[in-house]
Amino acid sequence: MSDSPRLRLRFPQHRVSRRAVAMWAAQVVAGWAVVIGAQLVAAVFDPSGWALVTAAMCLVVAAAHATVMPWWRYRVHHWETTPEAVYTVSGWFDQEWRAAPVSRIQTVDTRRGPVHRLFGLAALTVTTASAAGSLVIDGLDAEVAARLADELTRLTQATPGDAT
Amino acid sequence: MSEWRRTSPRMIIVRPLHEVAGLLPVLFAIVVLGRGDPRELLWMGGALVLLLLHGLVTWWRTTYRVGEQQVELHTGLFGRRERALRRDRVRTVERTARFGHRLFGLAELHVGTGQHEDRLQLDGVTAEEAERLRVELLRRSPAAPDPESAAAREDSAILATLDWRWLRFAPLTLSGITSVLVGAVALTRVLGEVSSREDDLLTAAARQVAAWMARNSPVVDALAVLLALAGLVVVVSLVGYALAYAGYRLTRQERTLRVRRGLLTARSVAIEEARLRGLRIREELLLRAARGARLAAITSGLGGHHRGALLVPPAPLDEVHRVAADVARDPEPPFARPLQRHPRAALRRRLFRAVCPVVALAAAAGALRLWAGAPDWPWVAALVLLAPAVLLGFDRHRALGHALAGTWLVSRSGSVRRDTSALRCGGIIGWRVHRSFFQRRAGVLTLEPTTAAPHEHPRVVDIGEHDGIRLADEAVPGLLGHLVVRDARDDYS
Repeated sequence: MSDSPRLRLRFPQHRVSRRAVAMWAAQVVAGWAVVIGAQLVAAVFDPSGWALVTAAMCLVVAAAHATVMPWWRYRVHHWETTPEAVYTVSGWFDQEWRAAPVSRIQTVDTRRGPVHRLFGLAALTVTTASAAGSLVIDGLDAEVAARLADELTRLTQATPGDAT
Repeated sequence: MSEWRRTSPRMIIVRPLHEVAGLLPVLFAIVVLGRGDPRELLWMGGALVLLLLHGLVTWWRTTYRVGEQQVELHTGLFGRRERALRRDRVRTVERTARFGHRLFGLAELHVGTGQHEDRLQLDGVTAEEAERLRVELLRRSPAAPDPESAAAREDSAILATLDWRWLRFAPLTLSGITSVLVGAVALTRVLGEVSSREDDLLTAAARQVAAWMARNSPVVDALAVLLALAGLVVVVSLVGYALAYAGYRLTRQERTLRVRRGLLTARSVAIEEARLRGLRIREELLLRAARGARLAAITSGLGGHHRGALLVPPAPLDEVHRVAADVARDPEPPFARPLQRHPRAALRRRLFRAVCPVVALAAAAGALRLWAGAPDWPWVAALVLLAPAVLLGFDRHRALGHALAGTWLVSRSGSVRRDTSALRCGGIIGWRVHRSFFQRRAGVLTLEPTTAAPHEHPRVVDIGEHDGIRLADEAVPGLLGHLVVRDARDDYS
């Protein structure tokens, strides 16, 4: 094997929509807002001022979370489809590559929650008979997701086999 | 369309019987150890009447129908549950008969599809009806040959039967030890219940034992306790093995594997060969030392029933290999080829993982000694544990291996519980490749083929990057290949 070329995996070609960064940031901010808001309410009734201190600490953590996490996630999320297969990569410290053959796809769903709609985004879920769960690409541009879902559905129908 | 049917009316008795059997230890405690308080008897009588009523209502409200297209089951008194399975999705039919069933000539059928939640449980049909349904449900279409026909019977072959010499493996499985532990826990709870009533039958016995132990030196006591426990484990595991596997036989009939076994509870599991995704040999530490192993099928459709997939109970490894080859029916048997070892980086990772907890423990004990005045022996004991930890690390690395044997992807891992899994490459419907931060630095990855079989995820752990990608690409050509980059070899040795 010494003369054979060395094999490695490359990342799939595409990233999700850039607007996904804003969406994830908004989700983080909304989550922390509840926590910090509760502490501020507590501060009103608590004269010792401890609630204000913890609220300030939470604010610092929240700011870091909201600025770092969405960008990082954007940088590590990759996806790609070919007529034969769908690929995704995710994970920060622990990267996970996933590959599913188009011939084994059972369903393709796009999901657009209220937050997704706000940013014109969608999540694409590709389900196979695999017991390891489905592939999810979150934060796609809504149009791209719809087009992709159509394409995959068409390919799946054109491929023979019962998908198990 | 066939008509709606009820299960056998004998279930009105059998269901409460099974429920009472589950409560036997408690009943035993109340009747034998209790003081015969009339209120207790009243409670028990009331509970019994309720159980009987429950049996009656369940029987009355359970109906099923086997139609041309689907199997339907309706249950429940108020919250009616109506479930239906499409006939063409039925993949496995498992038949069990607990002792109550057998007393009354009944059986319970589990009908499963490939999907893991999609299963029907038909409790309490007569044995003949169960057999008829099993045959009918597994027959794909009316045109398929009748399994009772002469041609089909010719095809039926016995692949393995129980050899009572296999009993020697029983004490080496972990099941005996766990049973004893579970039993001990249950016993202490019952005893706790009893002693709280200051009953003196058992406390007196306990006191005598305690007095005897107080007279001996601690070493003798420890030895006695160990011996007693070991003896108990041996007896329990022998009995357990005999109960679970008496009458074991593995047969193939009309492209369906059948496993029959069990003394009190008779089980019969049918696995369609087309649903067989792979095979798994499991060697627990002690079993491995005696060159024993067990064989299981990796299959979709049995759902949460892990036990259903068993093909060979603890038996000699050679026998397990023979049966595996027979079941596989392939020109190349799955487990015959020697496995490729994994790189030194994998060994470093195994050692690190095995040693780290022990070192942390020793450090904590040492810190307690230094600053909290704890005795010396904890940190010494922790350091002594280092030797087995290192051995464990080496053994876990020695276990790691992979091979592509014909159409089988074989992988092995584990020390205390060593699993060697062979997956049919055709059954692989995707890949998961894990590369943690440390794995990336060490140049290894974990390759996980995904299949439709639930609960079974045989992984190729810490294989070298290059080898892992090549293995995946050769096992299922073209699936991962699109992402594979070929580098000129320069910076790697």
